[in-house]
Amino acid sequence: MRAIETVKVGIAEMKVVVAPTVIRTCGLGSCVGVVIYDSGKALAGMAHVMLPHSSMARGGVVNEAKYADTAVEALCKLVIAAGGRKAMLKAKLAGGAQMFSFSSTSGDMMRIGARNVEEVKRQLERLHIPVVAEDVGGHSGRTIEFNPQTGMLSIRTASQEIKEI
Amino acid sequence: MDDICNLTGMHIDVLREIGNIGAGNAATALSTLLNKKITMAVPRVQVATFAEMMELIGGPEQVVACVYLRIEGEAPGNMFFVLPPEQAERFVRRMIGDDSFSFQGEAHELGCSALQELGNILAGSYLSALADFTQLTLQPSVPALAVDMIGAVLSFGLLELSCVGDYAILIDTAIYDERQPNESIDGHFFLLPDPESFSTIFRALGVDGG
Repeated sequence: MRAIETVKVGIAEMKVVVAPTVIRTCGLGSCVGVVIYDSGKALAGMAHVMLPHSSMARGGVVNEAKYADTAVEALCKLVIAAGGRKAMLKAKLAGGAQMFSFSSTSGDMMRIGARNVEEVKRQLERLHIPVVAEDVGGHSGRTIEFNPQTGMLSIRTASQEIKEI
Repeated sequence: MDDICNLTGMHIDVLREIGNIGAGNAATALSTLLNKKITMAVPRVQVATFAEMMELIGGPEQVVACVYLRIEGEAPGNMFFVLPPEQAERFVRRMIGDDSFSFQGEAHELGCSALQELGNILAGSYLSALADFTQLTLQPSVPALAVDMIGAVLSFGLLELSCVGDYAILIDTAIYDERQPNESIDGHFFLLPDPESFSTIFRALGVDGG
């Protein structure tokens, strides 16, 4: 049997794979990993989103994969371009943790995980893509891997057992 | 500095010197604290994309004990002191005199607080050296502790930078204890200045490029 190939998605990147290739991203903290997939076609796209809004960008070219408000739509287009059917698309997401808790410091960046999750969901809703499973929030980093063949997202943290959603 | 990719060799040297002075001071503080000789490596200044940076420091999945401080003042930024968890456990056991301390299982308040304090002392000495050198006002925040995947903790320090571009300048200084390899310390200081801080730092040191 051929070894299963894994495609890695780096921070602020997005990619699409077709089964039997699996797709994975490592070390999600406040970042959110979004998977948009078409199980009938056994294909899936994944984005590693860092920030909620592209309006936070100061100058330069906007990297669509970095911001929740641009990444979801861009990922959706990428999946459709690869042969995904718009009406069949589903989404799974993980991440959006709060890695550090401060008592004194405040500021926008502290709640960034929760805001990333909110914006990803808002965009998915706008595009009528249902979220079938999620593992978000908490205080732990996550590594996630999606298998387009089975449609399962496996989630690993530093301290807990692997779980599948 | 509009484009951090336009750094000259001179800029890199200045940033390396910052790592040298800061971590040198912190290594001295650690030497005093542990009563042993601590050596430091020549600082590495890395200009890399976020994804590349995670690979450079050993892959985003590697689990580390990490003390994080936000730097406020004239040159804001983020500072991380990162240690392998088993070494952090050993430090904490020595500091609190409890050999049973471990990051596994129940949260250990005293132990975690001891490690935060260690990070505070080290980062504080790093920053005060940096402030003396540049004559800039820099205040560290209260330290925060996490034992988790390095990608998950360091990405927090990239948020400010990520509003501007896809590159980070990382000033990485390793400290180690070469005389006792079985009880070695392999810690890293990561300094990630905010985008606007580079020109402030360069200007403060009389290097053109602001």
